[in-house]
Amino acid sequence: MSEPRTVPERIAGPATFLDDRLGAGGFVRRNIRKVFPDHWSFLLGEIALYSFVILLLTGTFLTFWFKPSMGEIVYNGTYAPLRGVTMSEAYASSLQISFEVRGGLLIRQIHHWAALVFIAGMMAHALRVFFTGAYRKPRELNWLIGVVILSIALFEGLTGYSLPDDLLSGAGLRVTQGVVIGLPVVGTYLNFFLFGGEYPGGDVISRFYSIHILLLPGLILALVTAHLILMWMQKHTQFPGKGRTNRNVVGAPFYPAFMAKSGAFFLFTFAVIAALGTFAQINPVWLYGPYSPADISAGSQPDFYLAFLEGALRIMPAWEINLFGTSQVGTIPLSVVIPALVPLGVIVVGMALYPFLERWLTGDNREHHLADRPRNNPHRTSIGMAAVAFYGVLWLFGGNDIISANFRISLYTTTWAGRILVFVAPALAYAITYRVCLGLQRSDVAVLAHGVESGVIKRLPNGGYVEVHSRPAEDIEAHLRGKEPVPVLPYDETVPPKGLRGPLGRLRLRMSRAYGGEKVPPVNGHPHDEDGQAALQEGQNRALTR
Amino acid sequence: MTDNEHETGRPERRRPARVIGTPLSDTPFSGTPFSGAVASGIPDAGDVDHGLPAVPGVVPQDERKARRAERIAALCFTLAFAALVAFLVAYVRFQVGGLSATGASHVALGGTLTLALLALAAGIVIWVRQIMPKYELVQQRHPMASPEDVRAEVAATFVRGTGESGIVKRRLLRRTLLLAAAPLGLAPLVLLRDLDSSGVPAAQLHRRLGHTVWGEKTKDGRPLRLVVEGTGQPIRAADFNSPGGILSVVPQGYEHDLNVLAKATVILVKFRPEELRAGTKPNWTHDGIVAYSKICTHVGCPAALYEQTTHHILCPCHQSTFDAADGARVVFGPAARPLPQLPIGVDEQGYLIALGDFPAPVGPSYWERGDAEARARENGGHS
Repeated sequence: MSEPRTVPERIAGPATFLDDRLGAGGFVRRNIRKVFPDHWSFLLGEIALYSFVILLLTGTFLTFWFKPSMGEIVYNGTYAPLRGVTMSEAYASSLQISFEVRGGLLIRQIHHWAALVFIAGMMAHALRVFFTGAYRKPRELNWLIGVVILSIALFEGLTGYSLPDDLLSGAGLRVTQGVVIGLPVVGTYLNFFLFGGEYPGGDVISRFYSIHILLLPGLILALVTAHLILMWMQKHTQFPGKGRTNRNVVGAPFYPAFMAKSGAFFLFTFAVIAALGTFAQINPVWLYGPYSPADISAGSQPDFYLAFLEGALRIMPAWEINLFGTSQVGTIPLSVVIPALVPLGVIVVGMALYPFLERWLTGDNREHHLADRPRNNPHRTSIGMAAVAFYGVLWLFGGNDIISANFRISLYTTTWAGRILVFVAPALAYAITYRVCLGLQRSDVAVLAHGVESGVIKRLPNGGYVEVHSRPAEDIEAHLRGKEPVPVLPYDETVPPKGLRGPLGRLRLRMSRAYGGEKVPPVNGHPHDEDGQAALQEGQNRALTR
Repeated sequence: MTDNEHETGRPERRRPARVIGTPLSDTPFSGTPFSGAVASGIPDAGDVDHGLPAVPGVVPQDERKARRAERIAALCFTLAFAALVAFLVAYVRFQVGGLSATGASHVALGGTLTLALLALAAGIVIWVRQIMPKYELVQQRHPMASPEDVRAEVAATFVRGTGESGIVKRRLLRRTLLLAAAPLGLAPLVLLRDLDSSGVPAAQLHRRLGHTVWGEKTKDGRPLRLVVEGTGQPIRAADFNSPGGILSVVPQGYEHDLNVLAKATVILVKFRPEELRAGTKPNWTHDGIVAYSKICTHVGCPAALYEQTTHHILCPCHQSTFDAADGARVVFGPAARPLPQLPIGVDEQGYLIALGDFPAPVGPSYWERGDAEARARENGGHS
């Protein structure tokens, strides 16, 4: 078949119909060949997006059978071990979906796996955006939308895995209640409003259900739409490289290449999640039994994305204060309030404020469309890694009982290790990352100044041996040369500008000078293409790469 | 970074074919280390004939390779079709029911679905990468900010519209509008008040947290018996006689009331009398049997694990550890308070009964709790 020279009638007809009514031709003309830059790390957000689509599809399927009711019934279904057991309708219908609906177990497991992949994808995407500085002007608003989506998704997950009303989900609900009721001043009220009375009451499942299937997904859907529209309008960032500047975007066109690639990537994401849902058992609620507040199983763990809160609860010392002694007011259970609010607050508020703090420190008000390589802004990368270490320690110690059991370490030792590491690990991560970034920058400088090691050993006339260095590939060189110094506030040693005179101004200036500037001076010349030259500069070379 | 398969020029001098430490020439960071000539993305006109005009940045594929790729992609799509047909067949053939039947249906449906999705994805990827051209299109960006004249015009129009509306000039209008808007925002909040259906005035809510059913009596005015959780068996003190024994206990008549269990579940431990220490109230025990609230004082998980040799009660959620021999004081972990002790005795038939409620609220702390333990001491045992 030959390529079409004109639009086939079957497409031209409906297109004309639509354009007559919508006038969309101009929009399509501008956008049908919209260029999308290509890099593997730009696909992380797509993983989250496609997981969300899968969540909507599979979640809708589950609602057809799930009964969000805490009304008690005697189980009479096909799962023999639980027959005759009194349980909530929610749990019974979860069992029904798992055992009596064809494909029900598959969809349930896909839904749960997709939730994990959704949040993991968002986290990875957020880290990519952070470490490459892709949140900078003009993308701060989209960054904020992303932070809000991620925060909502945590609650979406929490309300979701509480629904089956099995023993494990009930344990999670109980911990949630213990945290809610501990909040100063409002805790008791929130508890009664959320549960319709005392815990567990008879309302929480149906309330969580409407929050989980309507309120939060609606919000997420709206925010995801806004996120995509802004991304579309502002065009995607790209890494520096040959022909790629801050003023252009280089890559594949939306139609046909990017569209087809995205479709394929959706199918890949779906295939991986479907494989996980098929072969990797997740949340086998029938093994846990119905919820009772009197029972618990050892090794109860939340889904991975809430484990950092769990870890914070576990390593927190037993602090509690009664502001007014024995009078019935003023109890603040710090051992609950601090781990519940501080880590989440530090991470979410820190993420939300970072673009603005950085702009305040660097005074950089330009538009940025070239992504930074993480090494080229060492303080930002170190701060990010410190946050990752902080989160990682809390996450790890959300399973300290498992660590203790598997590695035969005393349980209390693991708790103390967590208490120390939560402060030490971020500091270490900061220091190590900073050194690594500078080392990588020096290595880039060495490549630019002396070329890459060729693996060819050459014997010199004087009998010495040297390795031949050759010029790096052109786009690698362009990639390396894309480095820009981190901006610093303009300053004058003698007369500081007006805004930088007070104590805050002086602090700002000092932090700016520490944060910004060129830590490793770049080279201006081109790498030497001559073997001998490279050899002669061997000593300097070694000093640079060490 | 589109994958460009550059044809590297022949090196002029004897050099290694590939420089160690650089990517292979067909990876994104490909380049021409030595010749300096880079395929700029402009196709060689005579190379292929797609019937399409040559565009800079669009490098068509070699037709022979594309034809091979087409066959592979078609194979993938056919495979996906077959897997989807198998999915439909599996849906009809495998019925669910018992564990093994459900398992078979699950694997058959999931396996065919996975295969179909994977094959479809692979086919499309082959299509994009080996049949569609290599793209390296360039588009210009424009500053996000609107031009100054646009901004000025918008500002002028806004000022004009505001003036026409009269909202600034007519103060009475503006203020009464704001006055009306404030309660409108409050209305939804007010409507949420009945989310709490306990029927208690808001200021009294916390009082409900301080009591459990152990303080109540049965219909005929007798104290509640302790019964074993799950079986509902009352416990004869003489039968619960092996030191180190432990039972999870609930109040008789409330075995299935989750709201009651969430506060009134008790852990019963049998000691030799000499093992008990000062923290445990001796007159609230019976013959070495001690009852503590099972609800952890941290966030309310059931503190269900017991280590006989150390008398430690451990909460599996966050590892708060309590010394059962010493008034369930906190030994380790994030819980700040001991598990409240339940005063127990026996009735005339020798069954364990509660002599009253816990001296302090059980479970997690809340704002209105205060130092209930100290309060109880001041009031001689009961809050």
